[in-house]
Amino acid sequence: MIQLKSQLKKFGLIFVAMLIGAFQSQAAKTHLNMGMVLEPPHLDPTAGAAAAIDEVVYANVFEGLTRINRNGEVLPALAKSWEISEDGLKYTFHLQSGVKFHDGASFDAYDVVFSLERAMAEGSVNAQKALFKPIAKVVASGNQKVVITLKNPTGHFLFNLGWGDAVMVDQGSSATNKSKPVGTGPFVFKRWVSGDRVELGPNPNYWGEKPALKTATFKFIPDAAAAVAAIMAGDVDAFANFPAPEMAGQFKNDSRFSVVEGSTEGETILSTNNQKAPFNDLRVRRAIAHALNAQEIVDGAMFGYGTPIGTHFAPHHPAYVDLKGLYPHDPEKAKALLAEAGFPNGLKATLKLPPPTYARRGGEVIQAQMAKVGIELELIPVEWAQWLDQVFRNKDFDLTIVSHTEPMDIGIYTQRYALMGAAQAVIAQDAVNGYLFQLAKLGIWNSNLSGLWENSPVQANDLTEVSWK
Amino acid sequence: MDRKRFQEIWEDGLHHRSFVAGGILTVLMLSLAILSLIWTPYSVFTMNIAGKLQPPGELHWLGTDHFGRDVLSMLMVGAWNSMAVSLAAIGLGALIGIPLGLTASARKGWIDEAVMRFNDFAFAFPALLTAVMLSAALGPGSFNSIVAIGIFNIPVFARLTRGSSLSLFQRDFILAARIAGKGTTRICAEHILPNITSVLIVQATIQFALGILAEAGLSYLGLGTQPPQPSWGKMLSEAQTMMFFAPNLAILPGCAIVISVLGLNLLGDGMRDILDPKMRTRE
Repeated sequence: MIQLKSQLKKFGLIFVAMLIGAFQSQAAKTHLNMGMVLEPPHLDPTAGAAAAIDEVVYANVFEGLTRINRNGEVLPALAKSWEISEDGLKYTFHLQSGVKFHDGASFDAYDVVFSLERAMAEGSVNAQKALFKPIAKVVASGNQKVVITLKNPTGHFLFNLGWGDAVMVDQGSSATNKSKPVGTGPFVFKRWVSGDRVELGPNPNYWGEKPALKTATFKFIPDAAAAVAAIMAGDVDAFANFPAPEMAGQFKNDSRFSVVEGSTEGETILSTNNQKAPFNDLRVRRAIAHALNAQEIVDGAMFGYGTPIGTHFAPHHPAYVDLKGLYPHDPEKAKALLAEAGFPNGLKATLKLPPPTYARRGGEVIQAQMAKVGIELELIPVEWAQWLDQVFRNKDFDLTIVSHTEPMDIGIYTQRYALMGAAQAVIAQDAVNGYLFQLAKLGIWNSNLSGLWENSPVQANDLTEVSWK
Repeated sequence: MDRKRFQEIWEDGLHHRSFVAGGILTVLMLSLAILSLIWTPYSVFTMNIAGKLQPPGELHWLGTDHFGRDVLSMLMVGAWNSMAVSLAAIGLGALIGIPLGLTASARKGWIDEAVMRFNDFAFAFPALLTAVMLSAALGPGSFNSIVAIGIFNIPVFARLTRGSSLSLFQRDFILAARIAGKGTTRICAEHILPNITSVLIVQATIQFALGILAEAGLSYLGLGTQPPQPSWGKMLSEAQTMMFFAPNLAILPGCAIVISVLGLNLLGDGMRDILDPKMRTRE
């Protein structure tokens, strides 16, 4: 009898255990492992140009007055509404109430003044200072209202305020945001294991609608083969920008994965160091432009994912001017131009390549194309941190390949957005850089996931709408 | 080595299975490598992206890679690149290691002690790891891989030379040479070296195989042979993400590495058996 009782007890326990197990598997997952190729140099979006920063923190940890959604539309964020004066110079923002930073500090109009003035300041380290150029002054009018006066009407102003570079920070934590980001977003920063991952946790005090996900881990996997293995093994649930386009077909045939082809704002260019001889010679730059065959690079390096471009502007944008025909692929003309510039026997240069596939593999195709016109390129693979330091900051390079993923960043050449069309033509004429292709966004993720962005109108992995089926 | 002895060795060799098998494989790979210097089916520098990832066929016997380059041509040039690096590294290792070993065994005392402690130090690090570390420090490229692989060859040759010449120095014919008035350098060159040549050749064969592996490893990591020059290691690393639809891109360079390393190891084993005097007396 006693034995029977204990037997029954055992069965009862097993039954309960099974129930719990069944219950657990029924409950929707609330954790996401997102794979990224590049590790951000730090986590302060107001102090760096690296897209990887925004791809971790934008909309997740930090928020701005406005935000940009998956379709590139401007939506209210920390500003719940706004009025624009008739002359287009005065913007009055009404702020969300009850918003708190992750460290408990409250968010109010004075934080807006601080954040914007910090970005505009003389010694500001903001990577996109041009965004704040039109601002004349920022004035708090009470706790919940901010008035921004512009120097001249700026059509993109609300959009610009939605960039990661214009997010709101708190005075108390702004100095340490690089290693310990404190924002107002639905996720709080938990931990950064350098070289491996960044972990985000839930923000219990979030002012807005809480996302379905509770926690997220961004894993940094620079190696394409490792990325393939990680997603196949399920170590990573999603890659918003998958580094091995050659595997797309394979994943399409696998029902466990969704393959989503979208567009990015990434103009991939062969960047020339125009300050340095011989690239300060327009003829040399034009020779390079004629030697390039963008379609071949798209096919060779990206397995067809990407759209050739002729200037620094996204082809899916309404203001795009097709300038591909300006420098058609013409090796003979390239040779003639080189000879004219004083290099009848060709020249030697270095090409520094950051880790992404478009650069490493694209570099080899470009090396072969340049070899045909007598330009001998030495390929120098560099890590991302080295690239940011040597190439981006210290301009220590001849040529490099990089994708400019900021939206409508023709502003890095001109401030006058009204002249976008003309600007496209000018920079193409001057062959400022070799324009290669618009980076495609090849997203591969678990087919049970929904809510990830198809396109990248801004650099972001917005997790607020992501959920598991 | 006089002619008669050479003939004996040769005849023994023909009966030694691993020597013959290793010899055939090695000669095959070496001749492919040397042939690549004058002829390859296609240029390895010409990309034909429209014709990428072709399976093996009539035009391209072993197919094409993701840039449309002929895989056979790349394997041939890769063989040369990898063997040249490995050979040069052995040369570097032998050139420094053998004199070091000879000096150690001839002078003894603190010089011997210093050389051997340096060897112990160098041996404490795994050879491949040392090469990777050095290449990372010196920067990528063929020349630097020669230096990196060469450096880990130095203690191998130094230790072997010292070990095999120590006992020779005790032999009577060395004493006789000394009495005849020959200096240490001359004794080393005329009496010691010829007597340890066979051991050194066997070791060099094995180091050759290791060097090929090391070169492939470095190139796989992007530290060895630089593009556009093809190399087996780089071909392997590029093929990784294409394994599912173009497995031959990974299998072929893999086979090339296996064949050449296996061949050299068999050859080395065979040579050791044949050249080993103990084995001769047994026969």
